Amino acid sequence: MERVRFYQIGSYAAGNRLLDGELQTVQSDTHRTNSLNSGHRACQGCGEALGARYALDAVMRATGNQMVAVNATGCLEVFSTPYPETAWQVPWLHSLFGNAPAVATGVAAALKAKGRTDVRVVGQGGDGGTVDIGLACLSGMFERNDDVLYICYDNGGYMNTGVQRSGATPHGAATTTTPAVGPQPGNDFGKGKNLPAIAMAHRIPYVATATVADLRDLEYKATRAMEFRGARYLHVLVPCPLGWRTASNETVKIARLATETGIFPVFEAEDGEVVAVSKIRKRRPVGDYLQPQGRFAHLFGATPREDVIAKIQAEADRNVRVFGLTDPEVPVHGVVS
Amino acid sequence: MLKQIEGSRGVAEAVALSRPEVICAYPISPQTHIVEALSTLVKSGELAPCEFVNVESEFAAMSVAIGASAAGARAYTATASQGLLYMAEPLFNASGLGLPIVMTVANRAIGAPINIWNDHSDSMSQRDSGWIQLYAETNQEALDLHIQAFRIAEELSLPVMVCMDGFVLTHAVERVDVPAQEQVDAFLPPYEPRQVLDPEDPISIGAMVGPDAFTEVRYLAHDKQMQALDLIPAVAADFAAAFGRDSGGLVRPYRCDDAETVVVALGSVLGTIKDTVDELRDEGMSIGVLGLTSFRPFPLDAVRTALAGAQRVVVLERALAVGIGGIVAANVRMALSGISLHGYTVIAGLGGRAITKASLTRLFHEAVADKLEPLTFLDLDRDLVERELRRTRTTRRSGPAAENLLRDLGTRVG
Ligand SMILES: Cc1ncc(C[n+]2csc(CCOP(=O)(O)OP(=O)(O)O)c2C)c(N)n1
Ligand code: SF4
Repeated sequence: MERVRFYQIGSYAAGNRLLDGELQTVQSDTHRTNSLNSGHRACQGCGEALGARYALDAVMRATGNQMVAVNATGCLEVFSTPYPETAWQVPWLHSLFGNAPAVATGVAAALKAKGRTDVRVVGQGGDGGTVDIGLACLSGMFERNDDVLYICYDNGGYMNTGVQRSGATPHGAATTTTPAVGPQPGNDFGKGKNLPAIAMAHRIPYVATATVADLRDLEYKATRAMEFRGARYLHVLVPCPLGWRTASNETVKIARLATETGIFPVFEAEDGEVVAVSKIRKRRPVGDYLQPQGRFAHLFGATPREDVIAKIQAEADRNVRVFGLTDPEVPVHGVVS
Repeated sequence: MLKQIEGSRGVAEAVALSRPEVICAYPISPQTHIVEALSTLVKSGELAPCEFVNVESEFAAMSVAIGASAAGARAYTATASQGLLYMAEPLFNASGLGLPIVMTVANRAIGAPINIWNDHSDSMSQRDSGWIQLYAETNQEALDLHIQAFRIAEELSLPVMVCMDGFVLTHAVERVDVPAQEQVDAFLPPYEPRQVLDPEDPISIGAMVGPDAFTEVRYLAHDKQMQALDLIPAVAADFAAAFGRDSGGLVRPYRCDDAETVVVALGSVLGTIKDTVDELRDEGMSIGVLGLTSFRPFPLDAVRTALAGAQRVVVLERALAVGIGGIVAANVRMALSGISLHGYTVIAGLGGRAITKASLTRLFHEAVADKLEPLTFLDLDRDLVERELRRTRTTRRSGPAAENLLRDLGTRVG
C-alpha cells in the first residue's frame, strides 16, 4: 500500500476532505463503516478512543469486516461498553485485565478448528494490560506465533483506575503512585519496559509503532499487519488528556511532539529486524514535549530539574541514534520555549 | 469397548469422543497424563478437527478456553491444585460469561506445604465460582461424567468441572467400558452456542455492568444452577438409556433406606466406605452411604430426602474449611435444617493420607455410639501436634511447623 502523509499533501482537514476524490482518505467518507461508534464515554480528546477507532477501522477494511476484537479491561473497555449499551460495531469480547492475548488466541484457535481462516482476530489493551499484567500471556501468544494482531494503546499509565504508574510510564512522569514529592523525579529512571523491543525479540512476523499524530501511518500499519499471518504487534502512543494533564484539543499535537523529539520512535520491524523508520524532519528538544504536560510540570517548577530533563534528552538522543531517526543525523533545533 | 487402561487415558478417550474443537492445558501433577494423551490424539489426527494450544500458564489455559468457547468452539482443559487456583480469576469469568467449557480437575491438595497427593482442597476452594462441580467415584464414572458434562454445560450454557481424585483414579489402571464414537455422537449433539462472536451478526460480550443490573445477572447465574438440579438427573437418565449403565445424577444412596446412620461423602473414597459399610451391615449395624455426585449445584432436596429417616449423619470430606471445619458438612447441615439428628464432620485423607477400612470401622463404631467429637480429624497424630503446639507456645522462633513435625516423626534428620 502507498503511504500518504498528511503534511506532505498539505492539508490537515479530516480525511483530506478538501482534496480531490482519489486523494481523500476513507475517513472523509460519511458512509464508511466504523468499528467504534459515537456514544462511547471516553474523555474529550482521548487519544485511546481515536487510536482504537482508526486502527480497528483499518483492520475492518483490510478484512472486509471479517474480524473479531478481544479487549483487555481498561479505559477502552469501560468507556465503550456501559451495559446495556455498546459502541462496538464488530464482534467484541472482554474477559479480564490480564488475559486478552490468551483469549484472542482461543478465538483464533476456534476459528482455525472451524476452518474459518477468513475471520481474523485482533487483541487490544492499554499499556498496563499489555506490558504488565498481560505480559506472560502476550509473550506466550508471540512464542506460539498465534494468528493474532495485538494492539497496545500506550497512554503511559493505568488511567482507568486513576492514573497510576505502569511499566510503560515514561521517565520523570508524575502519576498518583509515582508522585513528584520533594526531590523525587516522578517515575524513576531505568525502569521502563520497551515492549516493541520485547516483541521483536520473539522474532514475530511484524512489529510496528505508531501514534495518533499520524493517523494515515497508523491505518497503514494496521492494514499492513493484516497482510501477515501469525503473531503481530502494534504499539500506538495515545495521549490521555486526563492522565497527562493536557488540554483535550492538544492530543494530536502532543503525540506529534513525542515523535519529533525522538522520545517515541516510529518504525516497522519484520522477523525481529527494523525495516522502516519514520524520519524526523525537524528535530525538537524534549522540553518542547514535556513542558505542556502537567505530569512533567515538576521538572519546570521553581527549581527546574535540568538533570532529569537531560536524562530524558539522552534517551531521545539514543533513540535517534539507534533508529536513525534523522537523515542525515542533525542536531536538536531550538531551545525549550 | 472394554479396556484395561489408566484412568487418565480413559478420561482422555471420553473427552476425545466428545469431539472438543479446542483443547488447551498447562501441565500439573496429577493431571498430566490426561493432556499428554489428548495432545497425542490431536497430533496423530485421531481427534480432528481440534486445536491443541500449549499455553504458558493455567491462567492462559482458562483464558484460551474462554476465547474458544465464545467463538463457538467446544473447549476443554484440565488442571489440579495450584493450577486451579492460578485460574481462579478466569474461572469466575467463564461462568459469568455463560461459556460451556468442560474441565477435569484431578483433585490434589494445595500448598503450603507443597503436596502433590490427593484431597479436595482445590475444587472445594472454587465452589462459589459458578461452575457446576461433579465428582467421580470410579474411573468408569469419570469417563461417563465427561460425556454428560459436555451436554449439561451446553444445554445450560454454563461451565462444568468434573472432579476425579488425583492418582487414586487418574493413575489407577482399571477395566473401563469406552463407548463407541457413534454412541457418543448420538448422545451429544454438536455445540450450538447461545451467543457467538460472529462478524455477520456482531455482538459485544463482557460489557461493564453497574449496580442497576448486577444483582439480577448474579440471580440468573444462581437460577441456572437450580435448573441444573433437574437437568443433571435427566441427562443421567438419558445416559443410562443410551449406554446401559447408571452414572452421574445428583446423589447415589447406598443401603440408605432403613439406615440409622448415614455416611455422606464424595469421590473415590466412597468405594472404601461402601466396603466398610457392607462389613458393618453383616455385623448388624444399621448404616448406609450417601454419595454426592453433584456438589454444585448442591442437591438440598435430594440430600434431605435421603437423610430424612436417619438418626445420625457422618459427613466425611477431604477438604478443610480452616477456622470452622467441614465444607460439605456445612452444606449438608443446610439440607437438614429443621430435622433433628446427630451430625458429625470428619476431615479425612488430607494431602493423600490413606483412608483405611480399619480407621473407618473404628470411626463408624464411635459415631454409632455417639462418642465422636463433632469435628474429627481422622487418624490425626495427637502427640505430634501437641508437641508442635507446645514448641510454638514456648519458643518464639519455633521453626517451620511441617519440618518440625517430620523431624519429630523421624522421617527427616536434623
Ligand atoms: C486482576 C486485576 N487487577 C487490577 C484491576 C484493576 N484495573 C482495571 S483497569 C486497570 C488499569 C488499566 O490500565 P491500562 O491497561 O494501561 O489501560 P488504560 O485504562 O490506561 O487505557 C486496572 C489496574 C483489574 N481489573 N484486574
Ligand atoms: S482517562 Fe485518558 S485514556 Fe481514559 S478515557 Fe480519559 S482520556 Fe481516554
